[in-house]
Amino acid sequence: MSKKEDFVKFDKVDKSYDGKVLVVKDLNLDIEEGEFVTMLGPSGSGKTTCLMMLAGFETPTNGEIYLDKNPISNIPPHKRGIGMVFQNYALFPHMTVFENLAFPLRVRKISKEDIDKKVDKALSMVSLSEFGNRMPGQLSGGQQQRVAVARALVFDPSVVLMDEPLGALDKNLRESMQYEIKHIHESIGVTVVYVTHDQGEALTMSNRIAVFNDGKVQQLSSPDKLYEEPVNSFVAEFIGENNTFAGEISDISNGSCKVKLDKGEIIANPISVKSVGEKTTVSIRPERALINPKDKMDNNQKGKIEEVIYHGDHTRVRLNLLGNSEFILKVPNSSQNLDIKLGNEINIGWNSHDARALDPK
Amino acid sequence: MSSETGKILSTDGIPLEESLKQAERKNKIKAFLLVTPLLLFLIITYIIPIADMFSRSIDDKMVTNMLPKTYKAMEQWDGKELPPEEVFEAFYLDYKILVKNKTAGKLQTQLNYEKNGFKSVLKKLARKQKKFEEGNYKEQIMKVHKRWRNVEYWRAIKRRAPAYTYSKYLKGVDMYSNEDGKIVQVAEDRRIHRILWSRTLEVAFFVTLFCFLMAYPIAHLLATLPMKYSNLLMICVLLPFWTSLLVRTASWMILLQQQGIVNDFFVWIGLVTDDSRPEMMYNKTGTYVAMTQILLPFMVLPLYSVMKTISPSLMRAGKSLGATPAVAFFKVYFPLTIPGIGAGCLLVFILAIGYYITPALVGGASGTLISNQIAYHMKSTLDWSFASAMGLMLLTGVLVIYWIYNKLVGVDNIKLG
Repeated sequence: MSKKEDFVKFDKVDKSYDGKVLVVKDLNLDIEEGEFVTMLGPSGSGKTTCLMMLAGFETPTNGEIYLDKNPISNIPPHKRGIGMVFQNYALFPHMTVFENLAFPLRVRKISKEDIDKKVDKALSMVSLSEFGNRMPGQLSGGQQQRVAVARALVFDPSVVLMDEPLGALDKNLRESMQYEIKHIHESIGVTVVYVTHDQGEALTMSNRIAVFNDGKVQQLSSPDKLYEEPVNSFVAEFIGENNTFAGEISDISNGSCKVKLDKGEIIANPISVKSVGEKTTVSIRPERALINPKDKMDNNQKGKIEEVIYHGDHTRVRLNLLGNSEFILKVPNSSQNLDIKLGNEINIGWNSHDARALDPK
Repeated sequence: MSSETGKILSTDGIPLEESLKQAERKNKIKAFLLVTPLLLFLIITYIIPIADMFSRSIDDKMVTNMLPKTYKAMEQWDGKELPPEEVFEAFYLDYKILVKNKTAGKLQTQLNYEKNGFKSVLKKLARKQKKFEEGNYKEQIMKVHKRWRNVEYWRAIKRRAPAYTYSKYLKGVDMYSNEDGKIVQVAEDRRIHRILWSRTLEVAFFVTLFCFLMAYPIAHLLATLPMKYSNLLMICVLLPFWTSLLVRTASWMILLQQQGIVNDFFVWIGLVTDDSRPEMMYNKTGTYVAMTQILLPFMVLPLYSVMKTISPSLMRAGKSLGATPAVAFFKVYFPLTIPGIGAGCLLVFILAIGYYITPALVGGASGTLISNQIAYHMKSTLDWSFASAMGLMLLTGVLVIYWIYNKLVGVDNIKLG
C-alpha cells in the first residue's frame, strides 16, 4: 500500500466561536498517511480547536476537512473512526482497564474472542498485560496514560489524535512516554496528529511540526528545518533559544545583506527581506556563535561578558554585544577553558548564513 | 523479634501502644467535648422524642391505673363465665371514685374502643350507682343494664389489664385481637389504613419517578450549560425551593381547580368543553402534580452535584471510540450518575412518604396519605398513642427502605454534594 500524500487535509478552514474573533484562520494543512504531525503553539493559538474539528467535536465555520479524500464535516464523531487520547485521559472510571479497551470493540459488535485477542494485544503493546482487571483509579498517571493510548489504538483507527496527553505527567515519566509513543507509532504505522505546547516534546517525536500562532500555521516542516531555518521571527523565538538584533537593511546582494543596527553593522542571510531600507530582526542560534573562531567567519564582534551560568554539560554566557545585553552563548564544557570570566572582553564570530534576517517583530 | 518480646518500646521504655494512647488522649477528650453540644442536641431533639413516641404507642396504663381494685380481683377470674361478686364490688368501688373525680369519661372512651356500645352502658351506671346499696353489687349492677350480664363486656375490661399493648400497631394495619385473643382482620369495609399505606407508597413511588424523569434533563442542562445560563437556570430551580411550601401549594390550588387557570386554558384551546372540565384537584392528580413540583429540587440538586463532576471529555471519548450518542450516554454517562440518582430518589421518596401539607390541601378524600391520618388522630380524635404507633411504623418503613437501598446500591455510593 503506497502512502497517501494528503491523507488528512484541512482546506481553507476558518473557525470562530462567537462570530467576532477567528480562532483559526485560513488553515491549510496536508498530512501524509503514517506521519506523526505535531501541532505546536502557545495556549490560545487554535491548535486544540483544529484537533477538535478533526475529531468532529467542533464544526469548521468555513472550509472543509478531508479524510482520505472524503469530506468529513457532516460525519458525526462516532462514525469517523478516529482514535483520540485526551488531555486528562478520559478513561471510564466505572469500567476496568479491560472493559475500557473493549468498549470501542463492543460498540462495533465484534465477537467476544476477537475482543479478548485484540485487547490482550493492545495491553501487551503498552506493557500492561497484568492490569486488565484493575480500575483506572488504581493506576498511576503513567499507567492511565498508557491505557488511554492503547484504547485509542485498539480498534485500528486510521488516525489517532492526541491532545497534550503528557501534560499531567512528571518530567522523567514524560520523557519515557515520549519515546514509548514514538515507538508505538513507528511499529504500527498509524497516522498521528499530536497537540502540545512543549517544544521539546514536539521536536523529539514528530516527523513534521506545524507551529501555530494566532490561529495560523506559521511554519510546517521537519523538526530540524524548523530549528535551523525558521521562516519568521515568531518561529525563531518559539522554538529553542535565539539571539536577536533589530535593525534596518542597508545593502542587499547575492544572497546576503548588510543590516545596520543602532551600534555597528552585521552581515546576515536575507530570508524575508527584499529591499534596502526594510526593518528586520536578525536571529542567531546561541550555538552558532563561536568564541575566538579558528575558521574565518564573516561576522566578527567583540563582546563583554556580563553573566556566567554553569549548567553541568554546558555553560551559558550572557554578553553585551553590539548594544544587545541579552546575547546568549552556549559553551560546551569539553572545550578548553577559554577566557570566560565576568567582565572580560571576548571575540565572537558567526557565519552570515546562520544570521537570518526575518520579519521585524 | 520473637512474638513474646514483640512489644515495641518507645525511647523512654514505655510500651509504644500505651504512650501513643497517652499522647492521643488529650485530643480525644477535646474532640469529644467539641461534639458534645451536637450529641446533646441530637439526644434531646431526636432520640428522646422517638423513645417517648414509642413508649406512648405501647402505653396502656391509663385503664390499668383507673381500675386498680378491679384488676386485682380479676386475677383469679378465668374469663369463661361472669366474674364473681368480688370483681363486681371492686369495679363498683373503682368506678365510684372515677365518677366522683369526674374522670369516668376517659374510661368510657377507652373501653368503648375495646367494645362498641360500652360507653352508654357505663354512662348509665354512672347515673344509677349513686343509689346503690351496700352488698350484692353483682345483682345491682346487672340490673342497671342487661349488657352487664354479657360476659363479653367483662372480657373487654380484662383485656385492658396489661400496662402495655401492641393493639395500636395492629390497628395501624387494620387488624385487632378479638375476644379470644386471636389476631384477625377488621371487617372489609373498615380497612381504611391499608388503603392509606398502599396509597402512600404508590404516591411516593410515582412522585419519585416523575421527579427523576423531570430532574435528570434539568440537572444535565445545569451541569453542561455555560455559566451565565446555568446560573439563571439554577435560580429557576431554587426560587420555588425558597418560597413557602404553603404558598406553592396554594398556587397549585389556584391553577388546578375546576374554574382555575389550567382548566380555562384547556377550554380555550378546545381540549375540553366548558361543562366537562376535568377535576385535577382534591384527588390523586392534584397530589401528584403539586408534590412533584415541590420535591423536584431535592432530585435536581444531588443529580447536579454528581453530573458536575463528570468530565465532558468522557462523553467525547465514548463518541470518538465509535459509540453513538445514545450508547455513549447509557454506557458511560448514565452509570456515572447513579450515585446522584440514588441520593435523589432516596431523598424524594423518604420526603414523599411522610408528606403532609400538600396532600392535606390538594389531596381531597382520595389523595390523602398516611401522614394526614396521623395528623387527624393527633388533632381530632386525640388518640395520640395510635398516632405515635403509625408514626413509628412510618419511620420503620423508611429505615427498611434505607436498608434495602444500602443492600442494592450501597450507601457509600450516595453523593449529595
